[in-house]
Amino acid sequence: MSAPETTVEAATDEAVRRREDSAVLRIGEDDGERLEAESNASDTSMIMNMGPQHPSTHGVLRLMLEMEGETVMRSKPVIGYLHTGMEKTAETLTYLQGPTNVTRMDYAAPLFSELAFSMATEALLGLELPPRATWIRMLMCELNRISSHLLFQATNGMDIGAVSMMLYGWREREEALRLLETITGLRMNHNYIRPGGVAADLPDGWRDEVLTLIDALPARLKEFDTLLTGQPIYRERLQGVGVINTAECLALGVTGPILRSTGYAWDLRRDMPYLAYDEVDFDVVVGTYGDCFDRYAIRLNEIRESIRILAQILDQMPSGDYRVQDKKVTPPPRARIDESMEALIHHFKIFTEGFKVPAGEVYAAVESPRGELGCYMVSDGSAVPYRMHIRGPSFVNLQTLPHLMRGGMVADAVAIISSVDPIMGEVDR
Amino acid sequence: MSDVVETPVLHVSRDQLIETVAGLRDDGYVSALDVTAVDYLEHPGRTDLPPEVEPERFELVVTLISHITPGRIRLRVQVPADDPTVPTLFDLFPGTEALEREVADMYGIVFEGHPDPTRILMPPDWEGHPLRKDFAVGRIPVQFKATR
Repeated sequence: MSAPETTVEAATDEAVRRREDSAVLRIGEDDGERLEAESNASDTSMIMNMGPQHPSTHGVLRLMLEMEGETVMRSKPVIGYLHTGMEKTAETLTYLQGPTNVTRMDYAAPLFSELAFSMATEALLGLELPPRATWIRMLMCELNRISSHLLFQATNGMDIGAVSMMLYGWREREEALRLLETITGLRMNHNYIRPGGVAADLPDGWRDEVLTLIDALPARLKEFDTLLTGQPIYRERLQGVGVINTAECLALGVTGPILRSTGYAWDLRRDMPYLAYDEVDFDVVVGTYGDCFDRYAIRLNEIRESIRILAQILDQMPSGDYRVQDKKVTPPPRARIDESMEALIHHFKIFTEGFKVPAGEVYAAVESPRGELGCYMVSDGSAVPYRMHIRGPSFVNLQTLPHLMRGGMVADAVAIISSVDPIMGEVDR
Repeated sequence: MSDVVETPVLHVSRDQLIETVAGLRDDGYVSALDVTAVDYLEHPGRTDLPPEVEPERFELVVTLISHITPGRIRLRVQVPADDPTVPTLFDLFPGTEALEREVADMYGIVFEGHPDPTRILMPPDWEGHPLRKDFAVGRIPVQFKATR
């Protein structure tokens, strides 16, 4: 009979430990100076600010670090510097304008937010997409995953001190962005995936351009390996730094490469397939130690998996419509507008009033390069969402920082921030 | 239907929240993905609530995920406007810390027992809760300490 009691006690102990003896510094944003002034001379710890303007903070992230000499004890990420109330803005935009808003959240992987938003809207509408629209979405998302992970390689290299890596990573990323520009018209913030399908069909010659990219990339990734993976200085900076285990990741709600780096294979594309991911063959890359090096290696190898997926998409891309032929959400074809007054009015109404979406609530999620990106949407039956919430993976993943940094050096903190790969636009929204 | 798998919804009261989430955690819901809220002040008519649930102004929405049999579950908790408090889920899922701070910041819902009940996205001296429906877009001139 004593067994349950011990569990309860252990659980209580754990809860107490989590509150009292945590890696998280729980003080207000302005309390640092005050505490500093109050602390007595024998107190060896000091509170130091890192950011919000610091080259390695990937935007405007501020960290309050409690230091003992060079060692980081507790810390607290202070965010909100990029907050522009995008969820509030979403309540004033129609469902067709919505993707222009959410695409600005995770600016390194904008198509994933558009996808989550569109999937949520389509679920409320009960729309079924034509196969070509689904496959185009998958093509675009994998291209975007590649460009996002290449950006990580560039900035991670730069943060560690391998500045030449920044140039290589940026060069490769630009190739991927050029392809995205060819297809969507924009390098970033595409507004390409919209409720009902995608904005336009793939342009002529897209197949050759994708082939050129995925033929060229493997050799470039080999260069990355030569430059970084096998390099002793680089490994020394990353291996065993910022270690986290699976249980901690799950408790903190962490998803994506950080969770997979602990050896836990969880990828929405495989485990809860959406689009047509159940029709393509790919591996979920996992790490072993949950350190910065594993997170680097996972993202590098996920580029290779994305190339594999892209090759299959090229083979299997179906023909047909690139958007749903539902008069409610799809404007009439351009030629009809010249000959029919009704078609003109219809076109005009879709783009001014928007289309009405049945009342209800829904949560749609996709696997973004940073983890589970969810969109929770409540509709009241009008043409704008009543509530639109994005569950950003960076926002949740940022909570690992204090746990990863505890007991490390400031130089390690830089490597750790980089390995979490937060995009502040999506953290602050 | 579309790609989105319908998420099962549980309506729980504030008193049952901790117990329910603890039970779900033991049943294999390993992670709390999302905590958010909705302000139903201006909603024209709510039809998706079961008859035994009394609608209130705020609704707390918690999403949990199970990995063993992949699936999510959504908990919806009615929170009255005159007493906007709910118990924190921090002791069950510490990952809800930042998410709850965001809800508190944006809706003014108080999480009892939260270890760090400070503002997260808005400046510490901000007045009001921006995502409430009676907080209009652009109603208040930009508040910054330096401009006062």
